[in-house]
Amino acid sequence: MPKLNIQDLEEIRKKVRKAALLREGISNAKITVHMGTCGIAAGARTIMNTLIKIVEESGRDDVIVTTSGCAGFCSREPMATIELKGETPVKYSDLTKEKIIKIFEEHVLNGKIVEEYALALGSEREP
Amino acid sequence: MAYRTHLMVCTGTACVSCGSFKIKELLEEEIKKQGLDDEILVVGTGCQGFCAQGPIVVVQPDDIFYQLLSPEDIPYLVEEHFLKGRPVKKMMYTPPGEKTHIPTVNEIGFFNKQRLIALRNKGLIDAEKIDDYIGRDGYNALIKILTAMTPEDIINEIQKSGLRGRGGGGFPTGIKWEICKKSEEFPKYIICNADEGDPGAYMDRSIVESDPHAVIEGMLIGARAIGAEQGYVYIRTEYPLAISRLEIAIEQAREYGLLGEDILGKGFNFDLEIKQGAGAFVCGEETSLIHSIEGISPEPSQRPPFPAESGLWGQPTNINNVETWANVPRIILRGADWFSSIGTEKSKGTKVFSLVGKINNTGLVEVPMGITLREIIYDIGGGVPNGKKFKGVQIGGPSGGVVPASLIDLPVDYEKLTEVGSMMGSGGMVVVDEDTCMVDLSRYFLEFTSDESCGKCTSCREGSSAMLEVLTRITEGHGKEGDIEFLEELGYAIKDASQCGLGQTLPNPVLSTIKNFRHEYEAHIKDKKCPAHVCKALIDFHIDADKCVGCTVCAIKCPVKAISGNRKEVHIIDQSECIKCGICKTVCKFDAVTVE
Ligand SMILES: Cc1cc2nc3c(=O)[nH]c(=O)nc-3n(C[C@H](O)[C@H](O)[C@H](O)COP(=O)(O)O)c2cc1C
Ligand code: SF4
Ligand code: SF4
Ligand code: SF4
Ligand code: FES
Ligand code: FES
Repeated sequence: MPKLNIQDLEEIRKKVRKAALLREGISNAKITVHMGTCGIAAGARTIMNTLIKIVEESGRDDVIVTTSGCAGFCSREPMATIELKGETPVKYSDLTKEKIIKIFEEHVLNGKIVEEYALALGSEREP
Repeated sequence: MAYRTHLMVCTGTACVSCGSFKIKELLEEEIKKQGLDDEILVVGTGCQGFCAQGPIVVVQPDDIFYQLLSPEDIPYLVEEHFLKGRPVKKMMYTPPGEKTHIPTVNEIGFFNKQRLIALRNKGLIDAEKIDDYIGRDGYNALIKILTAMTPEDIINEIQKSGLRGRGGGGFPTGIKWEICKKSEEFPKYIICNADEGDPGAYMDRSIVESDPHAVIEGMLIGARAIGAEQGYVYIRTEYPLAISRLEIAIEQAREYGLLGEDILGKGFNFDLEIKQGAGAFVCGEETSLIHSIEGISPEPSQRPPFPAESGLWGQPTNINNVETWANVPRIILRGADWFSSIGTEKSKGTKVFSLVGKINNTGLVEVPMGITLREIIYDIGGGVPNGKKFKGVQIGGPSGGVVPASLIDLPVDYEKLTEVGSMMGSGGMVVVDEDTCMVDLSRYFLEFTSDESCGKCTSCREGSSAMLEVLTRITEGHGKEGDIEFLEELGYAIKDASQCGLGQTLPNPVLSTIKNFRHEYEAHIKDKKCPAHVCKALIDFHIDADKCVGCTVCAIKCPVKAISGNRKEVHIIDQSECIKCGICKTVCKFDAVTVE
């Protein structure tokens, strides 16, 4: 490793920034893939793998991809919830690789909900 | 590679000793087994502060806190949480006496009242990766001072911030730097004091283990300000993990050209060397430490001259504590105004304390100056265990004093602690409850300091043994009228006549307990009683005839067979045989054994 100048140091910082933000839990968008037993059976892992790939390709370092358990709606798996900062979460169902790519581009990157795939607005809470 | 989840496994000294390296290895294995190894990254961090709960894993970005993990937990944890997305409740933290678990770090009282400056990277970076530090603003302050600040600017900023030494004395850091800068003698040296000799304290170890680059960057800034090109970190040999992390950090900083010549191409030269300390308590005193680096016998010498004028090898030397150094980069980056907005009038910023003793949440906490003892002990520390009564807190280690329970609302800063006969010291806090005998506690600290006295001054050497003798006599039941006054008189004399801080402070625990708990000394001396039932010579065990059902358990368990009695009949203790081990009291299920 050659000695760094100030620019090199800034380059390194840019490269590792995403990991730092992720550890601090700082994000502008959070994508939750539901990983219940039937979700996994229906292909939730493919959705997860695709997401990780496209998030990285997009260069966005403020998007978090996480998992949660069963969403209680087996027939509509795989499902994912997208929550942009300060907005209501949106649940998408019956996902495929193509659908999640479209959702990512339109909803996460451009802020437009893909209504044709959306299951419900909001995420149910305990009463 | 982009990972969706980072598992921050604590690999600080305490967690390592409970097997956290094994936990880390198993996590990696199981994650691989489940095919998740390109989604989930396992990271080893330094101490996360909540050492009593180790091994600890924090899941980011979800902030979920898993604790007291054992190797058997790991396959289930990986499958449930990381494969199926179902966080595992039973491995989460449940506060003592409560039933519901708390899932995230942010909701746990121990963490959420803290304010992190010196420990800001704890649990967030792998201390062995310089890039992790850089990702969290690391070496940004260095860029700032090399491009936009003169040495005078740096010193002004540190002075304005109000930063004071965290190693015990509380001397204003900026003023110390300025004195050293003014000297025209070259070369100059800077030293980081990581000797940390207070028994039970480990804040400096923890900073070095979790964030060694913060110390290095702080030293770079100090060196630039005063004009030094060589620095030393003096660290005790008993800290192998901290030493190894620091070695790695120095190596990586050299590779990046952040240590060495022409740093960042700005014509600034500075390098660092580690010196391992022999471990005696007095070696932490600055003049003694300097002697130790020079390879001569580590005895304190007369000040003045202060090290800033004539220190290492007779050259101007600036010495600061680990925590002091770790604060410096943040002050430079965020500004003196930000720093001085935290804290009290004369004590700015935060302080790291190690919270130990009779407290539910033992560990390391960083809190703003001016926080009350109540907040530290109850909100963060979770109070005193087993429903016992809080009696006081010994602050400042063997040089400090006890703050009694009546002062629980005292705001913690340098001045307030000194006012009540205690001191900030390096930040050791030992909580004591009703079962702690204050005479015995002072005896314990004095035993330590009298043992550690280097013997150069008669007052410190002879005075401490004389005090220890009297204290021992009192705890053994042979206290005499006039002992208290003798201890006070001798204590003040030692403070006045001793040359270094060790002698000047060693009477503090005794003086402060006499001041606040005089009745306990009197009970030992006049009534021959130990109110806390600790001093063996002053207590007797008895069996309450009304409560004893004659179950025989105590008679069977007594190691010296001092208890006699037939089954279903009241038992009796033979006082001449009893060695006061207390076992009978512990084993009796009927509460029939009493102490007097
Ligand atoms: C007996 C004795 C032991 C000391 N031990 C330490 C120590 O372990 N670590 C430390 O930083 N300072 C210790 N000090 C204080 C140092 O002498 C010195 O004041 C300090 O390192 C200065 O750094 P600061 O201004 O950043 O606090 C000790 C002082 C005395 C009298
Ligand atoms: S006060 Fe005690 S430790 Fe300090 S120089 Fe004197 S004898 Fe040594
Ligand atoms: S254990 Fe308690 S109840 Fe049983 S014989 Fe001893 S004192 Fe009596
Ligand atoms: S205190 Fe110990 S030695 Fe004494 S009677 Fe009880 S068990 Fe026996
Ligand atoms: S497992 Fe998917 S809805 Fe129940
Ligand atoms: S060593 Fe793990 S929390 Fe302190």
